[in-house]
Amino acid sequence: MNSDSSTGPSRATARRAFEERRRRRSIAIATTSTVVFVGLVVLLVPRMPRWDRVKQSFFSGEQFADSFPRLLDAFVLDLKIFAWSVPIILGFGMLVALARVSRNPALFPIRALCVIYVDLMRGVPVLLWIYLIGFGVPGLGLDRPWNSPLLWGTVALCLTYSSYVSEVFRSGIEGVHESQRAAARSLGLTHGQTLRLVVIPQAVRRVIPPLMNDLVSLQKDVALVSLIGPIEILRQAGIDKSKFANFTPYVVAAVIFLCITVPLTRTADWLLARERRRTGGTRIAA
Amino acid sequence: MTALLSIRNVHKSFGSNDVLRGISLDVPRGSVVAFIGASGSGKSTLLRCLNLLEPIDDGEIILDGTDISAPGFDANVARRDVGLVFQSYNLFPHMNVLRNVTLALTHAAGIAKDEAESTAKELLDRFGLADKARAYPEQLSGGQQQRVAIIRAVALRPSVLLLDEVTAALDPQLVGEVLDLIAELRNSGMTMLMATHEMNFARDVADTVCFLHEGTIHEMGRPDEVLESPREERTKAFLARTMRR
Ligand SMILES: Nc1ncnc2c1ncn2[C@@H]1O[C@H](COP(=O)(O)OP(=O)(O)OP(=O)(O)O)[C@@H](O)[C@H]1O
Ligand SMILES: [Mg+2]
Repeated sequence: MNSDSSTGPSRATARRAFEERRRRRSIAIATTSTVVFVGLVVLLVPRMPRWDRVKQSFFSGEQFADSFPRLLDAFVLDLKIFAWSVPIILGFGMLVALARVSRNPALFPIRALCVIYVDLMRGVPVLLWIYLIGFGVPGLGLDRPWNSPLLWGTVALCLTYSSYVSEVFRSGIEGVHESQRAAARSLGLTHGQTLRLVVIPQAVRRVIPPLMNDLVSLQKDVALVSLIGPIEILRQAGIDKSKFANFTPYVVAAVIFLCITVPLTRTADWLLARERRRTGGTRIAA
Repeated sequence: MTALLSIRNVHKSFGSNDVLRGISLDVPRGSVVAFIGASGSGKSTLLRCLNLLEPIDDGEIILDGTDISAPGFDANVARRDVGLVFQSYNLFPHMNVLRNVTLALTHAAGIAKDEAESTAKELLDRFGLADKARAYPEQLSGGQQQRVAIIRAVALRPSVLLLDEVTAALDPQLVGEVLDLIAELRNSGMTMLMATHEMNFARDVADTVCFLHEGTIHEMGRPDEVLESPREERTKAFLARTMRR
């Protein structure tokens, strides 16, 4: 009895003190090295050759203040395109995924079409589709509003990203274990009910992290639509840059993008880590 | 005595692998049949065929006078009447216990939500799981999960319940609670067919034991006959191997 009550707590206390010392030491080391590093940057960077030119050209405070509101305004268009595209992409991507995993013989032509569609979209750069559809379709001489490059550029973006997303959904659906389907069918649920109530909810849950990554890419690629005309943030930055012969507007645009994409990426990473913990880290193909 | 379930000359093969080669068996209402046999002898396949999860190649499965294996018969209706419980529980991980139990009631049997929930709660209560109704499967022990899986099948009020090695995946100390549930179902008159490696349990609960070998029922009879004094050499060899473990 006394061996337990005497050595137990004292050893635990010693261990805790040891851990505490170790923790303090790492904090001290990290702090020192950070201070030294920042000091070096502050000291050395301004001594770089032509630092004044770099500062004036990329980090001009005045230019920043001048461009920021205009670029933020222009960014609203990016956000609008993004907001319109996401539901379309998720819906269409899911339909394509369902068509590809279906075994109904009547759907064979649709299935074949989906395979071709996904191959075409994934195999060609987004930019090329945006040029092809965004310039090409309005060039057919359609009436307003059907001749808008903005509309067709967005269509191109939706078509490409739907194909990526359909592959993500498909891997999620195929990743749901066969025994789940067997259990649902054994209870008398139909094939459709099994998909809707058992398979798809589990598939969606497990693909949320890779899906988020695709949405982050989409958020950035929205800017590509600028190349066919619409004045969104990237184009506005280009206009500002030419007008003032200064690159700061591009830096402003980058900062605005980062404000959106960094939190999104961090959330995706966090979701992925959580999913890995839950499933033992084996089942996700991102 | 007419049988509730009549299995007649059922054949099933996977490619060139003839797994079931003419299984015939009459199961009276309220009786319990245990299938024993080596791994790969076709116990799971037979149970999956009876639930129509696997289409059979030849033969008939007559339930209460109706050939449920006939081409064109609505398998979804038949499946509600022939419950199947799996070795690996297969609960739906994204639904809580209550919804696991009510899902087929509301969506397959067309029962109203309130009624389904009160049925489910009654059963959970009866089998000591009332406090787990809102829990998710991953929060339950293996034994609790398997009991929920059995309740999920029983909730549909099937005529026959098929149990495929329902204790095989459980830690030894959790086997008892599941076997108790099955014994209670038996006492309430449930007709059951079960594949099992639990010879003692088969002896206690089953009215008939069938030894499957190479796709046929090689020997069958009362548990004391088949398990204590088997007539066939193969049965003896199998039991000797099993008992030694
Ligand atoms: N879906 C399938 N496709 C192909 N072969 C299968 C399939 N299911 C089962 N088999 C084969 O059928 C045979 C019988 O398998 P089954 O699972 O019915 O045996 P079992 O008696 O349940 O064995 P165990 O005691 O290991 O559970 C095995 O040879 C198996 O490989
Ligand atoms: Mg088996």
